[in-house]
Amino acid sequence: MSTTAIPTNTKWWNGGRSPFNASYGKVMMWYFLMSDAFTFGAFLISYGTIRFSVNHWADPNEVFNAFPFAGHANLPLAFVSLMTFILIFSSVTMVLAVHEGHKMNRKGVEKYMILTILGGLAFLGCQAWEWTHMITGDHAVLVNGEIEKWGTTVTKNPWGPHVMHEGQMVSTPGPIAFGGYFFGITGFHGFHVFSGVIINLVMLIKTRMGHFDQRGHYEMIEKAGLYWHFVDLVWVFVFLCFYLV
Amino acid sequence: MSSNLTSPEITYAPEHASGTSRIWKTFWVLSALTVIELGLGYFLYWKHGQLPYALTLSTKLLIAALTLAKAYYIVSIFMHLGDEIRNMIMTIVVPLMLFIWFIAAFLWDGNAWKNLRNTDGGSRPDKTKTEQHQQHPAVDKDAKK
Repeated sequence: MSTTAIPTNTKWWNGGRSPFNASYGKVMMWYFLMSDAFTFGAFLISYGTIRFSVNHWADPNEVFNAFPFAGHANLPLAFVSLMTFILIFSSVTMVLAVHEGHKMNRKGVEKYMILTILGGLAFLGCQAWEWTHMITGDHAVLVNGEIEKWGTTVTKNPWGPHVMHEGQMVSTPGPIAFGGYFFGITGFHGFHVFSGVIINLVMLIKTRMGHFDQRGHYEMIEKAGLYWHFVDLVWVFVFLCFYLV
Repeated sequence: MSSNLTSPEITYAPEHASGTSRIWKTFWVLSALTVIELGLGYFLYWKHGQLPYALTLSTKLLIAALTLAKAYYIVSIFMHLGDEIRNMIMTIVVPLMLFIWFIAAFLWDGNAWKNLRNTDGGSRPDKTKTEQHQQHPAVDKDAKK
């Protein structure tokens, strides 16, 4: 296969062959992902611009320190690490599905697609819990001299600078942009995960029905895999921009 | 073994490794990089308010560099871009170079915006530089140096 020699001085652009030696669908998937990378990049850079333009920003170790069933234990970075490893692992099962597809092993593709879908659902479950925890939170905030209990929403940011109030350190309202950026960007990413799960489900059903065996190749699994890995790739940057720095 | 060539227009298919060792190796690399990132994240958390600004910034830049390394492994090995021909790689990677300037220009602009607001467009000294550190007495020492 790979030993098919490409003659030197090949006229790549004369028609009749793919200049990139890749199928139309795969090349277009790459271009779609590149444009999607610019969309995410624009969101994250916009977030960075606003974050750089204010004097105080929410401390991620204070905001994201909860873990399911751990009550009020202070566990910064723990839950988001779990989410990160879930996504890395589902990326591995996806690439293993692609690998089985190259070997035309239908059972193997099915097994790894199911694991990938489960990984995606686990990630979405984690995100649903995290959002619920943040929106329904009750963080003490000093507003006009009174203590109020605030959750984090697109209109309320309880993670502003700390001040002394009646002998206690309490938060004041922070820049309102925090919630909008957090829910907007993680939500846009979560929607990609959701649509990735749907795409993977369709691929699993098509695999089960033997469509790819009839077609003679499992390239659709590769294209779905590109999308799924891209979702993991974006998370790597969301993880950096919102949780780590 | 059947051919993976999907169209007569394609004259070449990348060699697909018969084993999965490369995939698992990449998984361990990605996990290790993530663990190092988390370690640096916890370092920043534990030392919060005690580190000089330059050390905090360089730790954050190091985390960003590790993130780029993770991105390289995901794109090159999981997405098999490294196995495509060079023209294909360049058509994806070169446009993304725009991000270098986007990031520099916009973050610079955000910072300039902050300075303008804090000084009313340069007409008064920036008070936040001292006020901000009152919450972190440990940093205050460094700020006064």
